[in-house]
Amino acid sequence: MSILVNKKTRVLVQGITGREGSFHARMCREYGTHIVAGVTPGKGGTTHEGTPVFDTVAEAVAATGADATMIFVPPPFAADAILEAAAAELPLVVCITEGIPVLDMARVTAVLKGGKSRLIGPNCPGIITPGECKMGIMPGHIHRPGKVGIVSRSGTLTYEAVHQLTLLGIGQSTAIGIGGDPIVGTSHLDAVRMFNQDPGTEAIVMIGEIGGSAEEAAAAFIREHVKKPVVGFIAGQTAPPGRRMGHAGAIISGGQGTAKEKMEAMRAAGIHVCVSPAEIGATVASVMGAKAAKGN
Amino acid sequence: MKIHEYQAKEQLRPFGLPIPRGQVAATAVEAEAAARMLGGQVVVKAQIHAGGRGKGGGVKLASGATEARALAEKILGMTLVTHQTGPEGRLVRQVLVEETLPISRELYLGAVVDRVSGKPVMMVSASGGMEIEEVAAKDPNAILREPFDADRGLQAYQARRLAFGLKLPAAAIHPAVQAMLALARAFVALDASLAEINPLVLTKDDKIVALDAKLNIDDNALYRHPELKALRDIHEEAPLEVEASRYSLNYIKLDGNVACMVNGAGLAMATMDIIQYAGGSPANFLDVGGGASQEQVRHAFEILLKDPNVKAVLINIFGGILRCDTLANGVVEAARAVDLKVPLVIRMEGTNVEQGREVLRASGLPITVAGSMKEAAEKVVAAAGGGRR
Repeated sequence: MSILVNKKTRVLVQGITGREGSFHARMCREYGTHIVAGVTPGKGGTTHEGTPVFDTVAEAVAATGADATMIFVPPPFAADAILEAAAAELPLVVCITEGIPVLDMARVTAVLKGGKSRLIGPNCPGIITPGECKMGIMPGHIHRPGKVGIVSRSGTLTYEAVHQLTLLGIGQSTAIGIGGDPIVGTSHLDAVRMFNQDPGTEAIVMIGEIGGSAEEAAAAFIREHVKKPVVGFIAGQTAPPGRRMGHAGAIISGGQGTAKEKMEAMRAAGIHVCVSPAEIGATVASVMGAKAAKGN
Repeated sequence: MKIHEYQAKEQLRPFGLPIPRGQVAATAVEAEAAARMLGGQVVVKAQIHAGGRGKGGGVKLASGATEARALAEKILGMTLVTHQTGPEGRLVRQVLVEETLPISRELYLGAVVDRVSGKPVMMVSASGGMEIEEVAAKDPNAILREPFDADRGLQAYQARRLAFGLKLPAAAIHPAVQAMLALARAFVALDASLAEINPLVLTKDDKIVALDAKLNIDDNALYRHPELKALRDIHEEAPLEVEASRYSLNYIKLDGNVACMVNGAGLAMATMDIIQYAGGSPANFLDVGGGASQEQVRHAFEILLKDPNVKAVLINIFGGILRCDTLANGVVEAARAVDLKVPLVIRMEGTNVEQGREVLRASGLPITVAGSMKEAAEKVVAAAGGGRR
């Protein structure tokens, strides 16, 4: 089992004829993802590497039955691309694009609220259910099907955690990169809630970073509602205050959003917090081992 | 992106925010002329991208033009140290000369994007002059907030709620509401990430005026504001950070001695953390990005080595889009060009890792290859001369 994407997911790629979109659509197809359509306004009626291209998302959905979209359009046009996907009522919208103005995302999330689409990202690596569906830019080969759900604000740090698990023979149910921007469509809390309900997920890895309070909100939920073991890590323990650490959302402002606060909130919620990023895999192995030993 | 106070005021004035009369000056003579033009008592304010200027001696009152000139002579060229500049301080290159006002109360007015609601939010507090974080820590209820929709803007009733909440005199309610609506319009139109008027003052004749102004612009939105992009002052940024930005590298200088180069912001922060965990101290944050080219890797490496504190370098790459062989080629090229004098530890994983390791082996350079993050951190900290003393 998994969350959000599986072997039945039919994926549309917005911006399929661009450099990034084209490359990653190919990588996803090679992984086994059903890439059923592409959208590039003005190139409707053509095909791109065997995939039919449409002018609009609505046409692509009507013709191919796509139920998820992956967005690679440049930042000035990305908010519009998300809104177009939402207008076509696609259940899942994964926006990879980095560099979207934050007020554009404020406008987009206001429209999405109460709508039929779930947005993942922007500025994210995407989502993968190993062995079934890869919708994103992560290297597929490091993953392995299994029972650990992963949610993270980062790209390569997620790969690092996945790699550690795979080396230990621990597979993943689904791994989601929710993105490093201040406003994202899916939060840690949303992902944790879905993993908690997924019978195929037995343990959860939550990777956060400095800035904001999303990890604290997820920790509060975990404390009340999650019985599955949760392993956590927060990047940025050594980050100086007031500086944006690469991600637009990774900033300690006015003493708020420090790694220390987040780690304390997570520990208080019963989360197994790793101080070193090298311990994520081993910590999961130990909590899952303990769970198996208890016989559930 | 940060801009200076005088630039922020020039940007905000057209939206209808009341700003004191004033003029920026780069020399004492210009400051004298500005003071003469304004007449009466003036304030001379150092223009640097940091708060706490008053306490640092960068804001002074002058009774007239002659004194303004004398004060400007002192402030211009001084290295101003505040709690936000760090011990090295900032060189003052410009002063703002402004009229003074009969102040009755000092208030706080600010706008930011609230991450939880995903909306811009207007905030006020009666404790003007204090940092809002300080107010928030002491008494969160002392800050009144009104989230607003980016397209519809702040509504007048919301601004009235804030104005009445500040217990302003009846005659000042309307001007305060107008000032808040102006700031909200400016915030959205200028794609600000922070707009702060601290203090916003109530004068003895019930006027509302923005005595100070701080405006940060969303870097991601600068492409649609060429006029704002032109306001960047590279004197306010660390030279290595300016150089890094030229090659689209995300570099932040820190004060440790273990340099690191990483792809991805999260992994870059985690690498800094594990250096500390191994007993060392990171010299920088450097994210070369997901799809770095060989050339970018070379520039990144050169920038790291320009920091004289650096005793060892750790490269930690998880190859996804950035292939390990591309990284290895860039590093080898750079290491040969700069005559590498400090130990280099490389940890690579992911796409084309075998080809990458082969490039490093074949180079004959004295590079230590590590298998895991933990091993890499321990090796680089040992190479830098061991842990903290």
